[in-house]
Amino acid sequence: MLRWPLIRLLPAKTNLHFVGVARLMGFLSVVAVIGSLALCFTQGLTLGIDFKGGTVVDVATPGRPVDAAAVRSALNAMHLGDVEVQTFGTAGAVEIKFQTPSGADPAQTVTAVTQRLRTVLAPAPVQFSNTSVVGPKVSGELFRSGIVALGVAIFLMLLFIWFRYQLQFGLGAVAALFHDVILTFGVFAIFKLEFTLTSIAAILTIIGYSMNDTVVVFDRLRENLRKFRKMPLRDVIELSINETLSRTIITGLTALLALFGLAIFGGDALRTFAIALIFGISIGTYSSIYVASPIILLWGVKSGDDDEPGLVGSAAQAAMAQKAAALKASRGQNG
Amino acid sequence: MLQLRPWKVALVVFALLFGVVFTLPNLLPRSVTDSLPGWVPAARLNLGLDLQGGSYLLLEVDTVQLKQEKLNNLTEDVRRVLGQQQIAFTGLAASPTAVTVRVTDASRMDAAFKELVKLSAPTASGGRDLLVTQLPNQTLSLAPPPQADAAAVNQAVEQSIEIIRKRIDQLGTREPSITRSGTTRIVIEAPGESDPEKLKAVIGKTAKLTFQMVDDSVTAEEAAAGRVPPGSTLLPSDEAYDRNGVVVKRRVDVSGDMLTDARPSFDQNGRPSLNFRFNGLGTRRFAQVTQDNVNKRFAIVLDDRVLSAPTIINPILGGSGEITGNFTQESANELANMLRSGALPAKLNVQEQRTVGAELGADSIRAGETSLAIGAAAIFAFIILSYGLFGVFAAIALIVNGFLIVGLMSLTQATLTLPGIAGLILTLAVAVDANVLTYERMREEARAGRSPLLAADAGFRRAWVTIFDANVTTLIAAVIMFLAGTGTVKGFAWTLGFGVLTSVFTAVVVTQVLIGWWFRTFKPKTLPIL
Repeated sequence: MLRWPLIRLLPAKTNLHFVGVARLMGFLSVVAVIGSLALCFTQGLTLGIDFKGGTVVDVATPGRPVDAAAVRSALNAMHLGDVEVQTFGTAGAVEIKFQTPSGADPAQTVTAVTQRLRTVLAPAPVQFSNTSVVGPKVSGELFRSGIVALGVAIFLMLLFIWFRYQLQFGLGAVAALFHDVILTFGVFAIFKLEFTLTSIAAILTIIGYSMNDTVVVFDRLRENLRKFRKMPLRDVIELSINETLSRTIITGLTALLALFGLAIFGGDALRTFAIALIFGISIGTYSSIYVASPIILLWGVKSGDDDEPGLVGSAAQAAMAQKAAALKASRGQNG
Repeated sequence: MLQLRPWKVALVVFALLFGVVFTLPNLLPRSVTDSLPGWVPAARLNLGLDLQGGSYLLLEVDTVQLKQEKLNNLTEDVRRVLGQQQIAFTGLAASPTAVTVRVTDASRMDAAFKELVKLSAPTASGGRDLLVTQLPNQTLSLAPPPQADAAAVNQAVEQSIEIIRKRIDQLGTREPSITRSGTTRIVIEAPGESDPEKLKAVIGKTAKLTFQMVDDSVTAEEAAAGRVPPGSTLLPSDEAYDRNGVVVKRRVDVSGDMLTDARPSFDQNGRPSLNFRFNGLGTRRFAQVTQDNVNKRFAIVLDDRVLSAPTIINPILGGSGEITGNFTQESANELANMLRSGALPAKLNVQEQRTVGAELGADSIRAGETSLAIGAAAIFAFIILSYGLFGVFAAIALIVNGFLIVGLMSLTQATLTLPGIAGLILTLAVAVDANVLTYERMREEARAGRSPLLAADAGFRRAWVTIFDANVTTLIAAVIMFLAGTGTVKGFAWTLGFGVLTSVFTAVVVTQVLIGWWFRTFKPKTLPIL
């Protein structure tokens, strides 16, 4: 029989006061969201060519580093406007980025550039390992469809939660989603990560994960609301978060372990993707504890006309039971 | 739930076999899979262009140019028809939407209208493809209705796809895929070591070849100064001899669509040239034109540039000839290829181009494999350290899951891209979540005083609702990515979507069977996760 001491990250039963600090955390969250939005609007995202249009060419001369100075002067002579030439990787390859001059054909421009570089870097054999050209029309469309995809995803999540739970739950979940998406945008802005099509995929994944996390807490909340009808809503929320905490942490850590592997060994192309997901999943885990559930409490307190704040869950059920009884009574009279 | 129902065991065995059988071709060397009999599944993962290297081109038919050209042709038709009927006119011009002409003699208005209406043809939907209207001041306007424009664009896209396919086939590129995208776009995906510049060169020219007479009533210099005779136009030339251009008549005598063959060759001076042969109609027309115009020059025009403008010394009756011009061997070869494939109905503009070298693709696969191995090892270690024997069961379920995803991807030939590999890693990590939910629930139930068997059973039953709800959200995200995404993002959506479905199956059903078997065999007194 296999038997060894299992690692335990948490004691078997926790009783942490999440809701107690939710007010402080909520304040911090609001500050972070405002900060992210401000950063996105003032400094802006570092858009990749997918969304900005333009050309990226990766050039390598196998066996020796690329003569970056020669590349730079050759391109400057072509009057392409603002040309970025950066070395990357260990073999001395360079990455060239530029915007197609207005009026020029992007595809013809890149043809001219590759031909020019072949002659400038001769006699070294020149490899173009990666060439991307995105015209202005396509980049605009990609950006719009990316934003639409995010909007549709959030909307469908709201519908799903509304369908499976009550509307208050849906609002809490969506507030958490907006929180996660906006903060992830903030991460892109702070670290100047390049925002590309893959970043949209990353954010959609974060939306999926964050909802997944929130749903687990909500499921337990729904179960506990039925089980402990007399318990104040605040305590039910506290209990539900504590009961699911162990799962939240284990699943989050597994995902992060895999993502760190990806960020370190996955190469340049996947690094930004992995980093965005690492932040996003951490934020998503935080938000399902400190944003999604406390908002239900907030909503309940505001809408409740009961003099005992926080009793909305059970109060609503009591009201429903009364209604049902009244209905029964009236049926009895009629029959 | 923990009773070992035969159908459940059968399902697990079947899923495992399915996964292994369809995953296996990816692990065997190509020589082995090629020698297998036909009924053995041998399909490998369909790697995206970012992993196997290749080129992606998004082309858009230039609808503005298409329409302009249609109106230009219409202008020449109007000139010809009114000329034939000897109706005097002025101000014949094509605007971006219509052709207008003023009939000089008011009494000929009705005759002109009647003749011009004959230019329109009935369409399938019952209307006509050209609207002729009378405007004040003896002016007639001819405009194609919007439906006719849409039909023309549609036809141009279809035709372009055919012609591009022919042209690319002649390059010998390996299995390019050419598909329509939306109303005006075409996507070309060519895997492998294909050179995108070659592809672009092949589609970059419409290759509209025409033979038109040179208008020698004015010189190119006079035409450049603005004195172009009506019905003629000044075109640039490739020949040094005509460096100011050539004035040619707009009327097209013979055109490239009447060619049956075109081959590169060399002229008598050893310069690269092009041999061509006309079909019956082309032969007759060319014979007629060359007989009528001996000692005059005719221009061979390609995409509104004069290739050469030789003088007709003898009538050419045989229907074949030679085009000389400023060719290199390669450009003559390219042009011959394009002429054989036919002219594109309109210009195609490259809107997006992505090329990945095969070496970079191979590097990406290596990086993906490394991070997959390391990610999986970390997940296995963590889950086994957290849940002991049940962690081992979860790890086994995860391995079955891996086989199922790769097997499904190979069977359906869904594209695996680099973000797709990332999706695979993430899916494995999140797949564990269903196990974690179940095991945590078991712990709670056991703590509440239930016997091991009841606790395990309740763990599965109670966790299932949550597992279902939680995975629907990820599935929604995957479906949206699939619908809205392009290329690499779509690849990510495939693995994420398949992964959600298979991981729910393995984490719930496979783990259940394993734990059920364990209970039956060892009759444990406690759960190993406590």
